[in-house]
Amino acid sequence: MSHDPHAHDAHAHGDHGDHGHGVEIPHGSMRDYVIGFVLSVILTAIPFYLVMERPFSNGVTAAAIMAFAMVQIVVHMVYFLHLKPKAEGGWTMTALLFTIIVVVIMLSGSLWVMYHLNANMMPMVDPSQLP
Amino acid sequence: MSTTTLPATDEPVRFFDFDEHPHPEGYSTMLGFWIYLMSDCLIFAILFACYAVLGGNFAGGPGPKDLFDLPLVALNTAMLLFSSITYGFAMLGMAKGNKTQVLVWLAITLVFGGCFLGIELYEFSELIHEGAGPWRSAFLSSFFTLVGTHGLHVTFGSIWLITLMVQVSRFGLTAANQRRLACLSLFWHFLDVIWIGVFTFVYLMGMLR
Repeated sequence: MSHDPHAHDAHAHGDHGDHGHGVEIPHGSMRDYVIGFVLSVILTAIPFYLVMERPFSNGVTAAAIMAFAMVQIVVHMVYFLHLKPKAEGGWTMTALLFTIIVVVIMLSGSLWVMYHLNANMMPMVDPSQLP
Repeated sequence: MSTTTLPATDEPVRFFDFDEHPHPEGYSTMLGFWIYLMSDCLIFAILFACYAVLGGNFAGGPGPKDLFDLPLVALNTAMLLFSSITYGFAMLGMAKGNKTQVLVWLAITLVFGGCFLGIELYEFSELIHEGAGPWRSAFLSSFFTLVGTHGLHVTFGSIWLITLMVQVSRFGLTAANQRRLACLSLFWHFLDVIWIGVFTFVYLMGMLR
């Protein structure tokens, strides 16, 4: 068993089994949810403002809204999903990291291949140029 | 033949636990559900990749700038975000063992989830009335697939939510119900995370195309 023995002490309430290792129910605090919500509202409002009002050029706006999305995903992971590196003996984080690696390879690979089809194809002989 | 030196004890060296430990019921449910969510993440990653590849192929049809209504998308985003925090309040009620608080916040979450679905269906029906259905172009096919899959997830999440409200009201906050509420909490917040990707890559980036 890999449960944090101290995690059980935090459960002053609820029936989590009566021996050493109870079922871990992840839960946050009111503070966590409010911080997460306020940050999410800010991180959502700014990209919408940037696209609706266009204070910057397209390239800058695109980079900015991507960055805001990344930050907001991390905010959700921390404050709403209560992701902790040590939860479940680290297996939650391991699964997440593995998924992120697969997703990055798949997304970047798909885009790279599909947007370079012309360059990556075998050269074709134009029949009209044949003698 | 073997030259391995073993410590001079009577106990054989064991590198594995051969005996099954007693585990509380559902002790691995949260990790298992998390791994399911990660596989779901891969489904969405494939659909995002499809949209990224096909999203520029309008086939002479309407593009994102002609179709998307950003204020409506902002409203939809707000609905999902509100439903996320109200679900969080239900989980706080569960931690306190307050059944009424759990049920009230779950009901409010359901209302926000329903609003999200209603707005999305309205948006889809408007698009289809304008002749911009999924059959119009590769861009619209991949758009409807990606956003529709997310919408289906929210639909099933809402059905699950109703089921759990019945469960909690009939059987109370038992250990099993707490576990189920925690799983749905992960699912619901996960859908909000996917929606961040949808409104950023599909709607906002679409307007910049």
